[in-house]
Amino acid sequence: MGIKSLVNIGDYNRDDIYRILKSASRFKQNPDRDLLQGKVCATLFFEPSTRTRLSFETAVNRLRGRIVGFSDAATSSSTKGESLKDTIMMVGNYADLIIMRHHLEGSARYASEISPVPVINAGDGSNQHPTQTMLDLFTIYETQGTLDNLTITIVGDLKYGRAVHSLIDGLSHFSPTFNFVAPEELHIPDKYKTFCDNKQIPYKEFTEFSPEAINSADILYMTRVQKERFTDLMEYEKVKNIYILYNHMLDDSKENLKVLHPLPRVKEIDQDVDENPKAYYFEQAKNGMYTRQAIICDLMGISEK
Amino acid sequence: MGKELQVAALENGTAIDHIPGDAVFKVVSLLQLQKLNNRITIGNNLKSNKMGSKGIIKVADKFFREDELNRIALVAPNVNLNIIRNFEVVEKKKVVLPDEIVEIMKCNNPKCITNNEPMKTRFHVTDKEKVELQCHYCEVKIKKEEVVLL
Repeated sequence: MGIKSLVNIGDYNRDDIYRILKSASRFKQNPDRDLLQGKVCATLFFEPSTRTRLSFETAVNRLRGRIVGFSDAATSSSTKGESLKDTIMMVGNYADLIIMRHHLEGSARYASEISPVPVINAGDGSNQHPTQTMLDLFTIYETQGTLDNLTITIVGDLKYGRAVHSLIDGLSHFSPTFNFVAPEELHIPDKYKTFCDNKQIPYKEFTEFSPEAINSADILYMTRVQKERFTDLMEYEKVKNIYILYNHMLDDSKENLKVLHPLPRVKEIDQDVDENPKAYYFEQAKNGMYTRQAIICDLMGISEK
Repeated sequence: MGKELQVAALENGTAIDHIPGDAVFKVVSLLQLQKLNNRITIGNNLKSNKMGSKGIIKVADKFFREDELNRIALVAPNVNLNIIRNFEVVEKKKVVLPDEIVEIMKCNNPKCITNNEPMKTRFHVTDKEKVELQCHYCEVKIKKEEVVLL
């Protein structure tokens, strides 16, 4: 082991999560600091992702670190047939940290095993995207003052949604209650139900976006229902308008409720929700930067206190 | 039928009995028997009281290492292993699936890094009874009937 990396949200236990979130709170109060002065961070984006890359690069820049890397595999030597191993070995000799997004699943775990410097997984195919989960957890912690004993309603594509699966995993340390709201075709996989059962986490399943699911929640986590996920387009036409949140649907929701979304949003949250103080998805995206600052410093062994 | 032997007896070596019919040639491959010069007898679709039909492999003058034998558990978890010396069974063994399987099978996920880089595959055994595995890299779960050997 030796070198610490963040590949999977499961790499963090309850204490790790709280340590990072408390650090992220401090970065939110004071994000412009000299902590990465003289450090070089490599952002290797074999698959383009503007939002995630800019969030990481801004996080590093605000701490006075330098960035090298590429934002598209087309401009990297992988187009010449170089193996991932060789790219990682080479970059690991140049940089102090590697932040990587790759379309192949498991690529981040492999990179972390061969890299001489810490690796942060910024998404490996449809497998893991742990910094998204950490920023979700930070936003929940920030708005609720705790992560413990909350009711989380998750809506939309629960079958393929990577953010959803990792969120369930990340929250599992904190005695949550889940409401899973999804159409028949995109319901939560059995694997996650078994996971909840084994950890004695209570959950309810809904196929309708019902008032009960909304009004019992502390956090309403919306996700996109993507047309390309459906084998039966008739089914998509039937459900596409069911899982849309309108402002009036929040009328009887809890005072402390916050609406989150990993973004990009398409139609699943109507724009009339944006003005509601319970809408928190833009702040959530902003929190990504502070959370990433906390994770970067933690992995590099840099104390920010 | 009586007690008539369906496959000739072995003087010294290893007899692997009660192999499910569909797993016999996978066992051959897992133990790399095709590379041995030893005398090998392979029987398949033999009558069995317990299983209806079974396979058996006898390898003369060969005593496998434990980790080699345990690979068999991947495709045939309930085989009987008999170590034979001087026509006598001196030891009976059960195969035990190890906690981790390295290199001998491939990941079923085409988007897994192990199918795209020159590297060893690695799997965690998540259920030894049912033979369920999880790729160490892409985390895909693989059931016994989905196992594809390299």
